[in-house]
Amino acid sequence: MAELVSHPDEKKVVSARFGKGAANIDRYLELDGYKAVQKAIALGPDGIVNEMKTSSLRGRGGAGFPTGMKWSFVPKESAKPKYVLCNGDESEPGTCKDRLILEHDPHAVIEGVMIAALSIGAKTGFIYIRGEYRYLVNIMRKAIADAYAKGFLGKNIFGSGVDLDVHWHTGAGAYEVGEESALMESLEGKRGIPRIRPPFPAVVGLWGGPTVINNVETLASVPHVIFGGGQWYADLGTPKNGGTRLFCLSGHVSKPGVYELPLGYPLRKMIYEVAGGIPNGQKLKAVVPGGSSTPMLKADEIDLPMDFDSCAKAGTFLGSGGVVVLDDTTCMVKFAQRVIKFYQHESCGWCIPCREGTDWLKKTLTRFHAGGGLKKDIDNIQYLAENMLGRTFCPLGDAAAMPIISIVKKWRNEFEDHLEGRPCPYGEKTAEQLLPVLSR
Amino acid sequence: MPDVTITVDGKKLTAPGGTLLIEACKRVGIEVPAFCYYPGLSLQAACRMCLVEIEKMPKLQTACTVPITDGMVVTTESEKVKQARKSMLELVLGNHPLDCPVCDAGGECELQDMTFKYGAADSRYMEGKLHKDEQQWSPVVFFDRPRCILCYRCVRVCGEGMDVWALGVQGRGVSSVIAPNQEDHLECEECGMCIDICPVGALTSGAYRYKTRPWEMKHVGTICTHCGDGCKTTLGVRRHDTGMQIVRGDNRDKSGINGDFLCIKGRYAFDFTDHRARITQPLVRKDGHLRPASWEEALEVVAHEFRDVRESKGGAAIGVIGSTRTTNEENYLLQKFARLVLQTNNIDHHRTADFPALAAALKGKDGATAGMRDVFSAPAMLLIGNDPTDQHPLLAWQIRSNVRLHKARLYLANTQPIKLRRQAAVFAHIADGGYAALLKFLAGDDSATATLLRDGTPRETLIALRDKIKAEPDLIIMFGAEIKGADVQALAAFAASLPKARLIALADYANSRGASDMGLYPDLLPGYTASADHFAREWDAQLPAQPGMSLAQMTKAAADGRLKAMYVVGSNPVARFDFDPFVLTKPFLVVQDMFLTNTAAIADVVLPVACAYEKSGTFTNSAGDLQQVQKAGDLAGVKPDFEIIVRIAERMGFDVRKLVPFGREGVRADMGQSRGAQSGEADRHYVWLKAQNLEPKMSPLDPQALFDEIQRVVPGYQISRAALFSGTEVRTHALTAGNGGTSAGTDLIRSSNDTLFTSGTLGRYSHALNSVMENRRRAPAGAAAD
Repeated sequence: MAELVSHPDEKKVVSARFGKGAANIDRYLELDGYKAVQKAIALGPDGIVNEMKTSSLRGRGGAGFPTGMKWSFVPKESAKPKYVLCNGDESEPGTCKDRLILEHDPHAVIEGVMIAALSIGAKTGFIYIRGEYRYLVNIMRKAIADAYAKGFLGKNIFGSGVDLDVHWHTGAGAYEVGEESALMESLEGKRGIPRIRPPFPAVVGLWGGPTVINNVETLASVPHVIFGGGQWYADLGTPKNGGTRLFCLSGHVSKPGVYELPLGYPLRKMIYEVAGGIPNGQKLKAVVPGGSSTPMLKADEIDLPMDFDSCAKAGTFLGSGGVVVLDDTTCMVKFAQRVIKFYQHESCGWCIPCREGTDWLKKTLTRFHAGGGLKKDIDNIQYLAENMLGRTFCPLGDAAAMPIISIVKKWRNEFEDHLEGRPCPYGEKTAEQLLPVLSR
Repeated sequence: MPDVTITVDGKKLTAPGGTLLIEACKRVGIEVPAFCYYPGLSLQAACRMCLVEIEKMPKLQTACTVPITDGMVVTTESEKVKQARKSMLELVLGNHPLDCPVCDAGGECELQDMTFKYGAADSRYMEGKLHKDEQQWSPVVFFDRPRCILCYRCVRVCGEGMDVWALGVQGRGVSSVIAPNQEDHLECEECGMCIDICPVGALTSGAYRYKTRPWEMKHVGTICTHCGDGCKTTLGVRRHDTGMQIVRGDNRDKSGINGDFLCIKGRYAFDFTDHRARITQPLVRKDGHLRPASWEEALEVVAHEFRDVRESKGGAAIGVIGSTRTTNEENYLLQKFARLVLQTNNIDHHRTADFPALAAALKGKDGATAGMRDVFSAPAMLLIGNDPTDQHPLLAWQIRSNVRLHKARLYLANTQPIKLRRQAAVFAHIADGGYAALLKFLAGDDSATATLLRDGTPRETLIALRDKIKAEPDLIIMFGAEIKGADVQALAAFAASLPKARLIALADYANSRGASDMGLYPDLLPGYTASADHFAREWDAQLPAQPGMSLAQMTKAAADGRLKAMYVVGSNPVARFDFDPFVLTKPFLVVQDMFLTNTAAIADVVLPVACAYEKSGTFTNSAGDLQQVQKAGDLAGVKPDFEIIVRIAERMGFDVRKLVPFGREGVRADMGQSRGAQSGEADRHYVWLKAQNLEPKMSPLDPQALFDEIQRVVPGYQISRAALFSGTEVRTHALTAGNGGTSAGTDLIRSSNDTLFTSGTLGRYSHALNSVMENRRRAPAGAAAD
């Protein structure tokens, strides 16, 4: 069970019930639980989508696609059943927010799934939880059972005449399944390999039916949007970047943890105030802004409002909210090696550039860090990563390539310091120590 | 979808909207490279070789997944694209062993070809390649794992194409590996499609590997000699001390009637050709033993005996049994030889389908039959009896592909739960021996259901079957040997009651249909002609008046001592029909065969023959598609049946020109080239012609000389020679255009019930088929795939 942290700048919306025992359904009801879904029934499908669009809530999984728009793509009439799918396969290194939601507020996720189902006319929802989050499966299983026991799920929910079932399902331990179409394959019992798009899930998704698939945090935000109103939610953030989001601050900071901050919150303040700055008098070297797949920022690039559009302008991504701070004791070559080790291990192997590219990057970087690097390897590493970028079957290849490209470009000098058999100038302080989430 | 216009590399092209870009490019001759894309199989987009630039799209796009839309502007060979492909090849080659000099695919490898084009020749990596040991999955399938580039073609062709699903992927990332269904080995139909479709040398053939290099072979596209489907198989041949040796069979250019398909027999079972039991010199019985003899001696003995019996006892004392694996020219020649030279109507063959009954029912009804290609495109199909998966592998492929790619409807009625039921819209599992009742039921007699039903098949299934069939606007009806005689008439009548129905009768062997069309019947001349008048005029000869005996009658007559001589060409009646072999020792018995079969072993003279892969001519498949047989191999000592028959006739003092109308005005000898003659064969003919004081025009030993006559006189064979010689199949129509005569003795029609792994007499001499069967016997019971 994770320890909770807090900061005065936080605007607690999604995390409002953290630490209040809301996993218990009665407690959840006391905290305004299952009111939003009843309001949603009154609003009707179009009303729900309008509120969602007004809220300018954007997907919290990483891509930041506007949620209301995603729901509106689902055709009203469909010969095949429609589905709502909650993507709880949180695996992006540096990201640990969904686990807190699933642990502290599972009913908010169920309620979000219910509202999404009402809006698109689905009769079935699935909550897919990452294979490694075994202990959360038990919490979710109980929450769903409790909701059924109260009659909130099943036949004729809240007297609306609508039948709705929600099921949980667990993965088998594959980062790749966090990709929405691979998740659907996995849920259908197949190998977790992405599908060719188009068609998109909103038209042809789970078992061929129109499917809405959203991240845990997105769906947990939905009841708040409906309950508080779309405009109220939008006003919490910046224009086009509605609401708040959970930032997972980790690495070399004094007070690591998950903080709920409005979108557009400055990265510098996030590091030096919210997270308490860098301990031991060390200096900042690098920041991973949104999970390990996002291009890294140098110490002088942190005057950045943390919203989707500002990050894009700065050449990186807001991503999944995993902010990893690295101080000047960190070897960037070792960090690159550690990052690629993860993606090499998690590549599904479907397409050539990702399968082969991650493996050669890992081999080359491992040798390079151990002192066996040649000058041409530096260009080779960049060449390999650039040839993966934008050419793989799914975004995993991009996720592996982007941080590597940014590290070679921004810290080329550190690569040169490793040449000619010299030992790592940063000693044996490994990236595993810096980034525990990566170390399995 | 309506047509749209796009621009590819500056060329405008128009194609239906939604066509895949990679296919649209082919229309203007632009080849976009790909490993994983394969027409007719599901899309993968895994190899990333087909990346192209499309205007207004920031990233490179895979041409194999993008449907074209109006106004699309595409560049397929820009520097950016070339660079992407080159880097993709570098990545593949990183772990791919560079053992091309010893790789079976060397010279025929798509990875080599692409590397040649894009030049990914630099090595960027210092680490060693990943190695995994090679595996043998079955007697005929080997998998060299490091060579695999994971294009998943094998997985898809096995699953989607063959409906066997024996291959899959294990592991993930760089550890991903193709794996067989039984952990370390395959249990499947051994079709070898996975080997054929593999773009590199990962999957290799146990029958061919490490034998030769592709460029040492000559590739001869001919027709498979096993079942009645008529697949094109490309034989790889090379020089050998006994002539030309066949070292490989595959589906190299996919230009045949079978498209992508080839089964275990067409691919591996060519190897009977150099089986050590092959007879390579004539044998003549002396003092009770078969002794080697010269061709001159053996032919003299045969000609002398035949003439003697004919002169002393009359032609009716001679019987002839023809073959279902000899060419049309040979079959036509054999019955002409029987009727003109031996002066007998006693001629028959192993019948496996009732073509005469169908010819009688369809006489004059143009378009009432369908060809093998039609089975791939028909909107609906009805199959009664037979198990094509085993007996007609190409037909089964056509049916499956039609259902899968065109959403065609398959209706099945069978006494067995055959595998094709998995594709069927309706499968009626009927009672044993229920086919006659089924036809009554289809005709509207509901009382027939009583004898039709089987436990587990509800009456509603039969009703649904009939209702749906009757509602089909365009149906192909296929039926096996179970339907014969009156049942064929009933089925044809039912077909005539439908809006549009075309029929195919399924026979077992490579030229079963040809044997039938060419008149290897005691009571039918070529083209299902009952009356002798036409041919008497054509041949300018008196035909024997006495009605002929069927195969059963001949054996009885032999037992009674009425039959004094018997001429068995490419047939093994002793093994096939249950009579006492002793009866055949009574007449003077001449057998022409490749092996000392049960029948040959008791013969007085055995004449060793060339097999279908060692001669030229034409075959007609079950559905009436005529195709050219091309000579591939050569074996010293043997002769084609055609030549042997002509020579016997000549030695019997018959005017050969009346048998084979060679040397007609304007018909020049081609010195053998068009027949794929090899190793000085043309010269041999030339010498023979000179010795007989004949002009070196078309030789009497040249089947083409007789094909002229077949074209002229056999109804339904008036085909385009240009089309036939271009290597494609040509439809013949002997059933509908023929004279519709029936043949007595429908009880002689029996299927050999060959499976995928057996093939009549030939099967037992094929090492590949035997090793697969042996392997299967060792496998645990019930493990076979269905």
